[in-house]
Amino acid sequence: MAEDHLPQVLVLRPPKCFTAYETQFSEKFHFLKAWESPLPTTDFLATHAASVEAILCNSFTPITADILHHLPSLKLIVTTSVGHDHINLPECRRRGISIADAGHVFSEDCADLAVGLLIDVLRKISAADRFVRAGLWPISGDYPLGSKLGGKRVGIVGLGSIGLGVAKRLEAFGCIISYNSRKEKANLPYRFYSNACELGANSDALVICCALNDETHHMINKEVMKALGKEGVIVNVGRGAIIDEKELVQCLVEGEIGGAGLDVFENEPDLPEELFTLDNVVLSPHLAVATPESLSGLFHLMMGNLEAYFSNKPLLSPLLDE
Amino acid sequence: MESIGVMLTCPMNPYLEQELDKRFKLFRFWDYPSSKEFFKEHSNSIRAVVGNSTMGADAEMIEALPKMEIVSSCSVGLDKIDLARCKEKKIRVTNTPDVLTEDVADLTIGLILAILRRICESDRYVRSGSWKGGDFKLTTKFTGKSVGIIGLGRIGLAVAKRAEAFDCPISYYSRTEKPGTNYKYYPSVIELASNCQILVVACALSPETFHIVNREVMDALGPKGVVINIGRGSHVDETELVSALVEGRLGGAGIDVFENEPNVPEELFALDNVVLLPHVGSGTFETRKAMADLVLGNLEAHFLNKPLLTPVV
Repeated sequence: MAEDHLPQVLVLRPPKCFTAYETQFSEKFHFLKAWESPLPTTDFLATHAASVEAILCNSFTPITADILHHLPSLKLIVTTSVGHDHINLPECRRRGISIADAGHVFSEDCADLAVGLLIDVLRKISAADRFVRAGLWPISGDYPLGSKLGGKRVGIVGLGSIGLGVAKRLEAFGCIISYNSRKEKANLPYRFYSNACELGANSDALVICCALNDETHHMINKEVMKALGKEGVIVNVGRGAIIDEKELVQCLVEGEIGGAGLDVFENEPDLPEELFTLDNVVLSPHLAVATPESLSGLFHLMMGNLEAYFSNKPLLSPLLDE
Repeated sequence: MESIGVMLTCPMNPYLEQELDKRFKLFRFWDYPSSKEFFKEHSNSIRAVVGNSTMGADAEMIEALPKMEIVSSCSVGLDKIDLARCKEKKIRVTNTPDVLTEDVADLTIGLILAILRRICESDRYVRSGSWKGGDFKLTTKFTGKSVGIIGLGRIGLAVAKRAEAFDCPISYYSRTEKPGTNYKYYPSVIELASNCQILVVACALSPETFHIVNREVMDALGPKGVVINIGRGSHVDETELVSALVEGRLGGAGIDVFENEPNVPEELFALDNVVLLPHVGSGTFETRKAMADLVLGNLEAHFLNKPLLTPVV
């Protein structure tokens, strides 16, 4: 099919998935590549995107009111993320713009990494690996003891598909699972706490798996961290801003909490430098979902969503209004 | 019991040492300039030896301590104890099974995730400031990957149970097939390695299992394969492991035990696809206390003529 008969899809900055699968994507769609144009974004949109109905973006491309204003025909946002904090949801709602996201494509990889980070912090895996690589084992003798996973009370913040995946995995290690969520979920064997502080007070570790929005911004604050306590561990695979990062660093430095495994930060890729000096933190460059399997799954889902929209079929992974 | 001579082979557990000191007449083997001297002076005083995976009770020691009645090992592995000689001389032997099973299995999964998802490597990447220069590479998904276990004892089964929570298909090699599991049995390690992506060593060390993971096995596992050793260093041909990794014939390795601890082949320090741990399989406060209590419990049972808690011989 000639390119101009293919449905148009706008891309402001290319998501990894687009770059990896551009050939396959381009068989079915004609992509307007804003980043390749010398024009500033809004000029590009004004010139080329007046009739564009769909945009493909990632979580690092903010879809602001201004952008939306320059896309009068927009009906669909397909984001390669599970998070929506980069999208002006109220404006989309007002305009009747549908949103399709990454659905459950990432849940397993994300849950895997959350568990990996928790084990690493409790059992000091990265720290002990550093110890061995520095040639210290013959000099310093036995490595300091870690902490057993079995019997630990793990509080999961956000019990969506990622949180449930974490719960299922940690149960096999003998962890006792409880959670905090907007609403209690029926038919689960896990104890529900209605706020993060109470969850923290009754947990040995917190695993953050929820979305970032106005309610969850800085939800994990000094109060929650103090409630968690000096032996407590925090793992974050959600969004950096769910935790008050400044407070977290202070608590870690002062020994108010026991350790942290962090995949996300408030201002990636810039991190508070104090974190680099700590042995009881594990730092991960936002790669909870960076596997070829996730990327492939994502491609099929994004492709599927675009195809569904342009053939008037239901989206595969719509963001539903709650 | 304070007059009973108990010898501790090496520093291993401050709580255990403290309690032994309280309850018995404790001899610290490493306090003496030479074993010859120690044996000369104290050989008739020692009725019990407490050893571990570093130093147990070999033929020389057993012969040098004629009054020894029991070896209580603070480990589940018995490879440092001359069991045949103990049997022969009617010396009792105990170890610390079960209490460390979960910790070792937990660490196994931790190592798998650290290798596949490159957790340690990406932590280095962030700490060095490299993230500002660009995204880290893709890593490998763990959920659903095939896990092959050498040895389906307590630890092997605990590893399987955890890996199942990640939807991993489980297969194993063992001297004999075990009834009552849904796991696929392979009658040889080569076949196991040819049919899994992650190979876990979880068996006991014996003359039969020495270098059970050799060059052939590593080649069968292949450039995408990963070896996880939480058994004993000598399970894996370490020289071959190094060359397989350096040459890319093996995808990665998570190693908690080495042939000559605490020495680790330096070539491994340059590799990004390995995680190297200083024998911390049972290294948690909770478990080391439980192990120590089991050692103490066994010793007390023996000297009070009660049934041993966890006898091996």
